[in-house]
Amino acid sequence: MTAVLSVRNLHKSYAGQAVVDGLGISVNKGECYGMLGPNGAGKTTTLRLMLGLIEPDSGSLSLLGHAVPEHAREARLRVGVVPQVDNLDPDFTVAENLLVYGRYFGMADAKIQARIPDLLDFANLAHKRDAKIPTLSGGMKRRLTLARALVNDPDIIFLDEPTTGLDPQARHLIWQRLRELTMQGKTLLLTTHFMDEAERLCHRLAILDHGRMVAEDTPRDMIAKHIEPQVVEVYGERTSAWADEHAAHYCERFEISGETAFCYVRDAQPLLAHLHAQNDLRYLHRPANLEDVFLKLTGREMRE
Amino acid sequence: MNRRHFSLPSVSPRFFPIWRRHLLVWKKIAGTSIIGHIADPMIYLLGLGYGLGSLVPQMGGTPYLVFLAAGTVCYSTMNSASFEALYSGFARMHDQRTWEAIMNTPVTLDDIVLAEILWAASKATLSGVAVLGVVYLLGLSHSALTLWLIPLAVLIGLCFAALGLIMTALAPSYDFFMYYFTLVITPMMLLSGVFFPMEQLPKLWQNLSAILPLTHAVEIARPLMTGTVPSGALLHVGALLGYTLAGFYVSLVLFRRRLSR
Repeated sequence: MTAVLSVRNLHKSYAGQAVVDGLGISVNKGECYGMLGPNGAGKTTTLRLMLGLIEPDSGSLSLLGHAVPEHAREARLRVGVVPQVDNLDPDFTVAENLLVYGRYFGMADAKIQARIPDLLDFANLAHKRDAKIPTLSGGMKRRLTLARALVNDPDIIFLDEPTTGLDPQARHLIWQRLRELTMQGKTLLLTTHFMDEAERLCHRLAILDHGRMVAEDTPRDMIAKHIEPQVVEVYGERTSAWADEHAAHYCERFEISGETAFCYVRDAQPLLAHLHAQNDLRYLHRPANLEDVFLKLTGREMRE
Repeated sequence: MNRRHFSLPSVSPRFFPIWRRHLLVWKKIAGTSIIGHIADPMIYLLGLGYGLGSLVPQMGGTPYLVFLAAGTVCYSTMNSASFEALYSGFARMHDQRTWEAIMNTPVTLDDIVLAEILWAASKATLSGVAVLGVVYLLGLSHSALTLWLIPLAVLIGLCFAALGLIMTALAPSYDFFMYYFTLVITPMMLLSGVFFPMEQLPKLWQNLSAILPLTHAVEIARPLMTGTVPSGALLHVGALLGYTLAGFYVSLVLFRRRLSR
């Protein structure tokens, strides 16, 4: 496998505060690689370092065979970026946004114009070709931003929280498009804090916290390695009293968050039989998922 | 501040698509924009020119309206470049995140800042030319030398765009720009011989006036308007170029620092 992006021992701090702290990442061609992490974990800073927009304090970066930041300009010729906050040109129509953006890559107008219909089809925006940006919905703007990132037919696409703020319908459409891109052989690097997004889309994942990588694996192995396979969530007013008395007996590991006890077990049957007899507790039995791993590794306390 | 923030500007032909972007936006609002370019200097020129001109028929040996016309070409160009570099530049950098979008492509910040200067200068040149058109229309000057006012307007535009971008790089919000206009641009207008000859002022003020970029512009424009070749033109052009280059470099260093946070 060839690495299209490799990062070694990357450090970046602001005012003495380490934001990226010894990070190493290697992304292979054709792979969808996800970076998960709570707010302030250093995801966006890492992306900006990878694109050569800011300089690392130390460490080495290589993107599509070019040393970054020294040759970031050459690398970015073959890169597409979907930023976290929309920055479409509000004065332009949908098609003009694509045309103007293509010019930044040195593409001839005729070549961009020839690509626009395909890009609009991909983004389900063919009917909005001449619409002004302020008239588009949030989902449409995101799709246009994705289409804009593809105008130069990039080899790798960086997506910074591509579905944040979208409704479920809009989110599913974006997911479908991202899967199509990986099927076409594009490499994707995305940051998210939606676990289902990461689980569905990514071949491999890294969980970042405080600028460090705390785990890296395929979504399936990440769950298998880091956490018990079954989860029983117990909730109700009496949860904490119940947990004090019984949780240690029935659960291999448990955590209490608010009025809910999360019980992690290999075999849920004894616990479920016990809970069945408790009339004042409600519970939910489910397989462990990525969110459980994420919360285990990065903690439950709020990040602000 | 990082040592690399101080490296010399490194620009590429990739600045040109950005200039074209600004032009495309402008084309959509060109009608109202051109009216603004012409109306403001016209009001000053005609109001002051005819009003004051009837009391002070001659200024430095020329009719007051002609005297004022030369200054108006210069300050109108200065104003236009400053507004574009400050308000519109700030909108593109900050509110609209246009720069951020562009920097994700093979274009660099150096190219973006260069394009901002060239664009603001282009728009400012149009302002200067609009005033010149009014001068011809009113028959204030018939000298072919007045055509030199067009390249002069380009230079004034470059100079004040580059200086204005320093403010844009420092501004926390739009309110900040009031300081620049009330403390720099307006006093400069009064101290650069736009409305009256500098010889009227005390010596100390004359010394200050002599180093202002707008003074250098007016020193070239006024003789051209009356059909004489300006003396010391090279010095004045050199001063305007110097301000331009210094503004470009200082604003670029400040933008690099601001946008690397």
